[in-house]
Amino acid sequence: MGQRLIYLDNNSTTPTDPRVVETMIPYFYENPGNAASRNHPAGWAAEGAVDTAREQLADLINADSREIIFTSGATESDNLAIKGVFEMYARKGNHIITATTEHKAVLDACKKVEKMGGEVTYLEVDSEGLISLEELEAAITDKTILISIMWANNETGVIQPMKAIGDICAKHGVLFMSDATQAVGKIPVDPKEVGVHLMAWTSHKMYGPKGVGALFVNRKNPRVKVTSQMDGGGHERGMRSGTLNVPGIVGFGKAAAIAKEEMYEDTARLSKLRDKLQKGLMDILEESYVNGSQEHRMPHVTNISFKHVEGEGLMMTFNQNIALSSGSACTSASLEPSYVLVALGLGDDLAHSSLRFSLGRFTTEEDIDATIKQVSEGVNHMRELSPIWEMFKEGVDIDAIEWSEH
Amino acid sequence: MAYSEKLLDHFKNPRNVGTLDKSDTGVGTGLVGAPECGDVMRLQIQVDPVTQKITDAKFKTFGCGSAIASSSLATEWLKGKSVDEALTIDNMAIVEELALPPVKIHCSVLAEDAIKGAIKDYQQKNGLVVEAVLEAH
Repeated sequence: MGQRLIYLDNNSTTPTDPRVVETMIPYFYENPGNAASRNHPAGWAAEGAVDTAREQLADLINADSREIIFTSGATESDNLAIKGVFEMYARKGNHIITATTEHKAVLDACKKVEKMGGEVTYLEVDSEGLISLEELEAAITDKTILISIMWANNETGVIQPMKAIGDICAKHGVLFMSDATQAVGKIPVDPKEVGVHLMAWTSHKMYGPKGVGALFVNRKNPRVKVTSQMDGGGHERGMRSGTLNVPGIVGFGKAAAIAKEEMYEDTARLSKLRDKLQKGLMDILEESYVNGSQEHRMPHVTNISFKHVEGEGLMMTFNQNIALSSGSACTSASLEPSYVLVALGLGDDLAHSSLRFSLGRFTTEEDIDATIKQVSEGVNHMRELSPIWEMFKEGVDIDAIEWSEH
Repeated sequence: MAYSEKLLDHFKNPRNVGTLDKSDTGVGTGLVGAPECGDVMRLQIQVDPVTQKITDAKFKTFGCGSAIASSSLATEWLKGKSVDEALTIDNMAIVEELALPPVKIHCSVLAEDAIKGAIKDYQQKNGLVVEAVLEAH
């Protein structure tokens, strides 16, 4: 085709910034050291590079570098935080509170905790995608050791009331953990300011390389500890053994430094482009609905359902040119659509009809103009093919039809 | 997931998209699937009452690319066939023709159900004997 792919799937992963790649290259061959080798210059160079990256990450989230634990990614960080707290604080209690719209890494770690004898409360969200602070507080018992609520949702971009949740956790003396994968590097994230004690995120959602993540573990008031889930050489203060991914960590650090410098500019630009995209599509296409809160939302994300069009089929009309995601799960073996959208109270049919647009640092205005054009053409084409759109246009009550299950 | 050329062709240039008058006694309509499942297929046939041949077929489908291609292909195959011949169309023939991946086999099953549903509707409308083929699934 020769045409540049328009990439609007930045919540899945971001391209690695070329400036990041450049800083990583020397750590593959020129500086081959293991950061744990204390007896020669190659080891010292690697250790120094890791220290610098740790400072850069700490600087981005206003933390102490000793509070940063390197992992392989956010999934590992989520697992380490949840299972690690469950084991470490077993004498204090066995109850964890989380929400139904969390990432699978949190939900499945919680399910494992339940198998290990723990109890987990899954809070529902409202139609905006927000949890209820009253329900959260009411769910706390004397056995509650951890509350895990994500900073921003991966599918809708909805941002939870972090400070208010942190206040409730502080009031009841419960640890507060947050999966901040979608927020760090995109909006200001300061765990101490809002009372977060453990925070997971990853490099590849903030223009760093894949395969490296971090867990922030609060060091003072309270001093938090987690039981290691990966045992071995006692790296990362004994909380996560395994030779450090030095080039990856160097890139992660550089990505953090760039984010700190450019975040405000990126955010201002992207929120304008996102608004233009959303308005452009909603103006052209009737029966389109934005999913989740538009007030408490990440600046680069919009999730829209186009009624009576199936998302995966819709994507096939433009996926040679535009990369994005759908809440329709037709590609998987199950026919279940996105559980996050269903939790917002959307019917399964609207969840199947959704597209997630997630913009990024390299998105241009031309990309947005082309996307508005191609997606609206795709929706109109698919509606021409859709029997339920035809029925809807004829005034047939679609909910009253007895559909055959299959 | 890479799709076959034939599937992409049916998806990009779907054949026989449209609506026949369902009140016409010569028209049979099959509507299968459910919006909550992400697939709804409506397949219609126009049957010549004298020859019992299918003279026209139309479809509309809400669904993924494989569902749209399966129903488009089904309409192509139906045209010119007798009702009895149409009843022998098997979902696996659709799977083969479009090279559907395993997770998309249900799309071909849906297309076969839609064909059988349209024929059943036509036969019931005209007081003809309904074959017991619907029980096949």
